[in-house]
Amino acid sequence: MSTGTVFMPPRHYLNDGYGIRSWLLTRDHKRIALLYLAAVTLFFFVGGAFAVLIRLELATPAGDFVSDETYNKLFTMHGVMMVFFFLIPSIPATLGNFLVPIMIGAKDLALPKLNLASWYIYILGGLFTLYALIAGGVDTGWTFYTPFSTVSSTTNVIPTALGIFITGFSSILTGLNFIVTIHRMRAPGMTWFRMPLFLWSMYATSLIMVLGTPVLAITILLVAVERLFHFGFFDPRLGGDPVLFQHLFWFYSHPAVYIMVLPSMGVVSELVAAFCRKQVFGYGFVAFASVAIAVLGFLVWGHHMFVAGQSVYSALIFSALSFLVAIPSAVKVFNWTATMYRGSVSWQTPMLYAIGFIGLFTIGGLTGLFLASVGLDVHVTDTYFIIAHFHYIMVGGTLMGYLGGLHYWWPKISGRLYNEFLAKLSAGIIFLGFNLTFFPQFILGYLGMPRRYHAYPPEFQVLNVLSSAGASILGVGYLIPMLYLMWSLRYGKLAGSNPWGAVGLEWTTTSPPPTENFAESPVVTWDAYDYQTTVTVES
Amino acid sequence: MDEADADMWKGTPLFPDSASTMAGRVDALYFFLIVVSAFFSVLIAGLIVFYAVKYRRRSPDSVGASFHGGMALELTWTVIPFFITIVIFVWGASVFFAMSRPPDETLNIYVVGKQWMWKFQHLDGQREINELHVPVGRPVKLIMTSEDVIHDVFVPAFRMKADVLPGRYTNIWFQPTKPGRYHLFCAEYCGTRHSGMVGEVVVMDPSEYQTWLSGGAPEGSLASAGARLFQDLACNTCHRPDAQGRGPVLEGLFGKTATLQSGETITVDEAYVRESILNPSARVTAGFQPIMPTFQGLVTEEQLLELVEYVKSLQSLPPVQTR
Repeated sequence: MSTGTVFMPPRHYLNDGYGIRSWLLTRDHKRIALLYLAAVTLFFFVGGAFAVLIRLELATPAGDFVSDETYNKLFTMHGVMMVFFFLIPSIPATLGNFLVPIMIGAKDLALPKLNLASWYIYILGGLFTLYALIAGGVDTGWTFYTPFSTVSSTTNVIPTALGIFITGFSSILTGLNFIVTIHRMRAPGMTWFRMPLFLWSMYATSLIMVLGTPVLAITILLVAVERLFHFGFFDPRLGGDPVLFQHLFWFYSHPAVYIMVLPSMGVVSELVAAFCRKQVFGYGFVAFASVAIAVLGFLVWGHHMFVAGQSVYSALIFSALSFLVAIPSAVKVFNWTATMYRGSVSWQTPMLYAIGFIGLFTIGGLTGLFLASVGLDVHVTDTYFIIAHFHYIMVGGTLMGYLGGLHYWWPKISGRLYNEFLAKLSAGIIFLGFNLTFFPQFILGYLGMPRRYHAYPPEFQVLNVLSSAGASILGVGYLIPMLYLMWSLRYGKLAGSNPWGAVGLEWTTTSPPPTENFAESPVVTWDAYDYQTTVTVES
Repeated sequence: MDEADADMWKGTPLFPDSASTMAGRVDALYFFLIVVSAFFSVLIAGLIVFYAVKYRRRSPDSVGASFHGGMALELTWTVIPFFITIVIFVWGASVFFAMSRPPDETLNIYVVGKQWMWKFQHLDGQREINELHVPVGRPVKLIMTSEDVIHDVFVPAFRMKADVLPGRYTNIWFQPTKPGRYHLFCAEYCGTRHSGMVGEVVVMDPSEYQTWLSGGAPEGSLASAGARLFQDLACNTCHRPDAQGRGPVLEGLFGKTATLQSGETITVDEAYVRESILNPSARVTAGFQPIMPTFQGLVTEEQLLELVEYVKSLQSLPPVQTR
């Protein structure tokens, strides 16, 4: 595994056209990935700014920093921005877009124009939501529970809902594109069971996007119709059923959790393999675990409604099914851990994120057992326990995986290396800041502090102060990568094709890759992560 | 740590009060899950750190050992978590069963949630807002509805929580074990002053509770208020005790089984009485015409509860034991 000479290829996707048109009208999946990267980063920092304001308010028990109305808008917009405009598109639309074709040895996605259209649809949805924000915000919570959202809230429910409705289509189209691409565009020899696990997770994610998102679209439409024309779907005064909304909403929004975390699991499989230089232990189990999670994820929505008045028996069935999801998740964690056994473990930045992911996801997953257990869920649901749990999954899981992946493939994307010291430092800051922010919330939740509270009893203050302090550390941790990654674009050392000594088709082409990805179409004769026989050639 | 810091921590609980018969059961499950979680977290974290150190890359070219999996291991770590989750499921389900099934004899209190307050109505006629007085040691059942959006009654010290929905009744029960004042929260986001929709449950010794009860019910019992309403709304012209009216006899009806026109049988419970007042033609008793007008918009949720309680009080026969 020689490092060879490192050079910047004379021709690559980044210098294949310079004008604004060459970006806005591109059909290159790699450029579209970067368009998404810019957009999701923007939405991440908007969502993050709301989080900062929320934590500032919660530093004191009294509602004294912002008004109750403003506070309600803050947590709503934080959720909407983070869930629909950051977490859901984050890995699939950026890393997925960039890597799916390269990893299977294709020139592009199957439907490049559709891919560009997805980005525009996403931006249009985002603009609607930003409009709702500027026009005064929305205060329903990201969950839009009826009948509050349809008859009671006086804020911008419709523009926000429309924004989410529109953005959903970008998700559907991206999923469709990935499914078609993975089925039809694999290079000769790239069989299903030679695919990197990232592709399995992208495939499973795409299934959920295509099958689940339409239900969200319909649900949002029903909310809008009831709000505008007073059709009685959800409002009991009009003959509707408010709980029906929750069934429909969670039928999408629970699988959406897996849209968020499955891609991250895929990234972590890649990271663990690359930084242990070893095939992922139990490849087939990890691959099928992704599919199992995607399928089971559709059958557990009722666990969001254990206290919402559903029958005892449906609660029990949803509880049992929810426990089943824990099994493939646990299988993944055990396999990643086993991969490290007798590996060649590097401590470079992406591996730190992978380790952080496994640790935080383990805690997030195990606390999921508390919530799946219906007798215990009654006490902790709708409290800060839930908040802590899903932030461990979505921030500790998804975001750690996303950042790990971004650091791993950044040399490929940009052709340059970032400052390793700063990268490790910020990974450490993020890990510490994250735990300080969210671990106290488990305790707060069991104590009984309800979520979405603008003011709270004074005995909860100390834990809230710890959480707010952690959030400020976390915020710093997120800003540092922004700076050194931007800096590396111009001043970073040249990366060369394969700075990590990793296997995988993406490391066989130049960094950055040419527009058509490979000088010659690859023929695959080896399994994924074959560190024993695959010779990585530095071109 | 200086003195100010010490003061800061003094009032900070790390574990909630336990003040109901259910609290201990929920806590036991919680501690079991903490042990399971701690075990697996420490196991995974320990292995990761150990492997990361022991197998750290020693030369830039080294690769990992060549092995790809092991069926025995895969089965082990599939099957063991599976059995652990079964234990947790069964345990959680049994706790939930106990939570969902109130004892036969309960002290019933009606709850109406609205933006942004809790209204409680005792059978003897006492009304409270954002404060609920109950005696220690007796099972209490809350029969709850909402005037507007979804709310949720949550008393952490009782490990008790249930959504309060508009348009229907939901029930929850608890048995306080310790006198004291406990937080009552609205746990389902309900709009601007959601975090102000809070109150206290005051658990009292039985004797104190009796004193409190006798303290004030100027308007008489809930059922008697319902009886007045029954007259005022002229319900009594059709629902007569002598079986000569155009509507079913209500005496002794509550808790019984009624046959509908469709041939279906239903139990006459709070929800059915409520529905029959608001939407009478939805489920008409066999042998009667759907001629009753709706009282939707004419009676408030609180008046509905009075009427329900009045119908309940019309027991000509000893109450049926449902078991």
